[in-house]
Amino acid sequence: MSYSVTEPSKGTKWLAGVLVVSYAIITLIPLLWIIATGFKSPTDSIAYPPVVVFQPTLEGYVNLFTERTRATDEMLAAAGPPTTWYDQIARDRGTVISGPSRYGQRFLNSVIIGFGSTALCMVLGTAAAYAFSRFKVPLKDDLLFFILSTRMMPPIAVAIPIFLMFRNLGLNDTHLGMILLYTAVNLSLSVWLLKGFIDEIPIEYEEAALIDGYTRFQAFYKVVLPQAATGIASTAIFCLIFAWNEYAFAVLLTSGTAQTAPPFIPTIIGTGGKDWPAVAAGATIFLVPVMVFTIMLRKHLLRGITFGAVRK
Amino acid sequence: MKMNLMMTAAAGALLVGGLSSAAQAEDLTLCWAAWDPANALIELSKDFEKQSGNTMHFEFVPWPNFADRMLNELNSGGKLCDLLIGDSQWIGGAAENGQYLKLNDFFDANGIKMADFIPATVTGYAEWPKGTPNYYALPAFGDVVGWTYRKDWFDRPEIQAEFKTKYGRDLGVPATLEELRDIAQFFQGRDIDGKTVYGAAIYTERGSEGITMGVTNALYNYGFQYENPAKPYDLEGFVNSDGAVAGLEFYKSLYDTATPPGSSNWYMGEDIDAYKSGQVALQMNFAFVWPGVESDPNVGGGKSGYFANPAGPAGQFAQLGGQGISVVANSDHQQAALDYIKWFAQPSVQTQWWKLGGYSALNAVVNDPGFASSQPYAQTFLDSMAIVKDFWAEPAYADLLLAMQERMHNYVVAGQGTAKEALDGVVQDWTKIFTDEGKL
Amino acid sequence: MSLSPLTRVAAATPDGIARKIRGLSDRTIAWIFVAPTIFLLLAVNIFPLIWTIRLSFTNFRVNRPNNAVEWVGLENYRRILSDPTVWQTMQATAHFLIWTITLQVLIGFALAFLINKKFRGNDMWTTIIVFPMMLSPAVVGNFWTFLYQPQIGLFNYVVEFLTGADPASFSMIGDVNLAPWAIIIADTWMWTPFVMLICLAGLRSIPDSIYEAAECDRASAWRQFWTITLPMALPFLMLAVLFRGIENFKMFDLVVQLTGGGPGNTTTLTSIDLKREAFEKWRTGYSSAYAVMLFVTVFGLASIYVKALNKVKER
Repeated sequence: MSYSVTEPSKGTKWLAGVLVVSYAIITLIPLLWIIATGFKSPTDSIAYPPVVVFQPTLEGYVNLFTERTRATDEMLAAAGPPTTWYDQIARDRGTVISGPSRYGQRFLNSVIIGFGSTALCMVLGTAAAYAFSRFKVPLKDDLLFFILSTRMMPPIAVAIPIFLMFRNLGLNDTHLGMILLYTAVNLSLSVWLLKGFIDEIPIEYEEAALIDGYTRFQAFYKVVLPQAATGIASTAIFCLIFAWNEYAFAVLLTSGTAQTAPPFIPTIIGTGGKDWPAVAAGATIFLVPVMVFTIMLRKHLLRGITFGAVRK
Repeated sequence: MKMNLMMTAAAGALLVGGLSSAAQAEDLTLCWAAWDPANALIELSKDFEKQSGNTMHFEFVPWPNFADRMLNELNSGGKLCDLLIGDSQWIGGAAENGQYLKLNDFFDANGIKMADFIPATVTGYAEWPKGTPNYYALPAFGDVVGWTYRKDWFDRPEIQAEFKTKYGRDLGVPATLEELRDIAQFFQGRDIDGKTVYGAAIYTERGSEGITMGVTNALYNYGFQYENPAKPYDLEGFVNSDGAVAGLEFYKSLYDTATPPGSSNWYMGEDIDAYKSGQVALQMNFAFVWPGVESDPNVGGGKSGYFANPAGPAGQFAQLGGQGISVVANSDHQQAALDYIKWFAQPSVQTQWWKLGGYSALNAVVNDPGFASSQPYAQTFLDSMAIVKDFWAEPAYADLLLAMQERMHNYVVAGQGTAKEALDGVVQDWTKIFTDEGKL
Repeated sequence: MSLSPLTRVAAATPDGIARKIRGLSDRTIAWIFVAPTIFLLLAVNIFPLIWTIRLSFTNFRVNRPNNAVEWVGLENYRRILSDPTVWQTMQATAHFLIWTITLQVLIGFALAFLINKKFRGNDMWTTIIVFPMMLSPAVVGNFWTFLYQPQIGLFNYVVEFLTGADPASFSMIGDVNLAPWAIIIADTWMWTPFVMLICLAGLRSIPDSIYEAAECDRASAWRQFWTITLPMALPFLMLAVLFRGIENFKMFDLVVQLTGGGPGNTTTLTSIDLKREAFEKWRTGYSSAYAVMLFVTVFGLASIYVKALNKVKER
């Protein structure tokens, strides 16, 4: 058996494992509480004192996706027996389903704006990163610092003129406006990240391609892009996570047509008060895509969150 | 059989609708707060859709963001809303900046008379400037702060007996705010069915308008006035009168001694949660929650009672809530929007509105002999609507409200300074705002 | 492969255009590639910033379209600097910044140090620990209000379980002394994994050979930590502080959902105050001046810090 001084002893590993696992479990409690609340009835969700064991129900999810009206007895009688299981859940509360809720639409907005801005950001970012990596761009360092500094502005601080500008251009509360805005915010991250990835691709590949008679453009998309595919994919996901979770701009600049889910979820209202199970259900569904990405991406996490400053 | 009848009626309505509406079918969007009554309005509006052939869309914004979002919409000249059921305090700004359509001619042409509506709602929701016959809205939803109490707890003999020994009077609906505090203190920390319960859930929210909507119920009744009745915008000695100071001190003592721990940032939703989950004996809340309380499995079905805000040394008042419905001046569908208001003002629609849980402001509905007994809270609603007062509705209302929120929360919840200092601070802030506005 | 559309475009490019493209100099191509990015950043970031600076010298209000816009010079700046509320929010922000960064660096570094012991399953647990930072901050803030409720929330009951304190005896959000800690706890819960990840990268970048050499010199584990581990991980730690610092200086969503700035003004961070001025009072000119001052502050502090960071890196 070989002995390495840098390999920790069994006892140390065991202790480290116990400490880290305990932290992970504590940190998971609030998350699990959110997920569990989604399966509680409204009464259980605000039980005093809180309940850990409860009868699970899909009422939160039904409430999340439907609008309901409190019905008078005549209306209930006139509407006939409930036809579906979700109808039944609504009827048990003395309400009738009057239509789908806005959650689906808000979720769709998140998808359109999130993916739209990410795609645009990747196109612009890859091009700029390639140029910064391969060509002598005048004032390169200044431009790069300028790009990074745009990230330092508090969103509320730039929101006023953006609000005014969008109002004049008719971009307020539009998908296009939000896509452009999120693209601009994310460009700093993606240019820095992608430049790092492209820097690592040996320049000899392109030179070989150019000698073979490729144009610069052909060399770029036939040689560099395939090599940078992993980097582009992981950068894209970081841009997506930002656009997915963004709140400040969304709450100030969108209302009816282009609002995304984050400003919407905390405000789902039930009979009288806040509908906590529906809020929790909305948060859970909204979390799933990002969770999947996190698991898929765990090897690239580091690089993304540090603007590429940390190499693997 | 019943189904058949309904279908015939529906077909008839369709036919009539088809004949009478020569105008093109239009898409109308109505904006309001996302809350229980809004769902009822969707149901109610189906009748309008049937009659006019227009399609209704709804944009409901939750209360904490309602003002931000809708004022943002109005200020940015958006076309999202054709109809807006805007909060009562916005009317000054919306009228002066031409964001709402003036409705006088429309009312006259269609025989809609403001005298047919509860007077307080006309003043509160429709007029600008206040007290003049210039209308920018039709009263749509009457609302007012009142109290809900746990009748089932009040009725228990052992609790009755203990209260009587302690206070020398029967436990029941309080006649004054002092009595209300006694009751709340009596329940504070009490053990009921194995749970520790507390006195009252009151408004303390910091972010939007919560604590202002709560504290005013005490301030009015102890002698607070917004301004010198003889001289507009003269605040000194009215906002910070001795009575006002006593009222503010009362609210703080209620908060300190008779509310659940942690109720420091509570508004409508949190108060309902606390009440429904059995934490409190009393709940301060707008009347809109009462239908929901009545139908709740835990506290509804006769377990709860309702009463208007009790009197104080200077009289009995209650904070007005509620909204009027306006036509947004920027709308491309003004005629259809006006048709909606015309439809909505009909007595038959207003009766149905009340049945679905909407608080109609039409005299014909609320003065109907059967009204008071139609719901356990109906009489309380009438009593409360008779004693309402509202916050400023000036164009600068948001500035005035933010100053009030900060000063009140600092004193009542954060416990900084004295009541006198807090109200002096309000006078100082408001005077500055009115000076900036050129009103002083 | 995701490239196929591009390849198809390339194949479909007519010879004439291809020849033209070939004819372009590298310099031209560089500009074609960089220009859209620069243009978008100018349009969406720099132009609004310049506009903000301009507005900051006026009394403009978005909600008063009928009022004349007047040039007021430095009046807005004077009012901000003499406003006690602004200083109060600056203090609240500083308190929030200092404590979140301290806690997150301590816990994050400790976690990274432990994970770097490479116990079995450390990969999986690292991924689990990272979950909180993937949530939307607004949703997190919203849910922590729920967790902090003394009667129906979980937090006070967990504290009771651990310490025996009566859950009704304290309120995280309602107490002037506890509320600043309530937002610090929620933020630390959410963002410690971020610091942990950066620290982990730092620790993994230290070559084994250095420790082996130290072992030969019989340096104690304690000494190794202070002379090797910490100094070599320091640039990464400083990077983590920079990123958390910038992000938390901008903090808005989580806190606004959690406390709304209360009680009183206890947790009114600068961003929250700015939002009230800009989007509730609609004092556009005044809030523009406010925004400019904030930007100058954060930009200035960050530049100084980056210089320091570069010095540490060069060492």
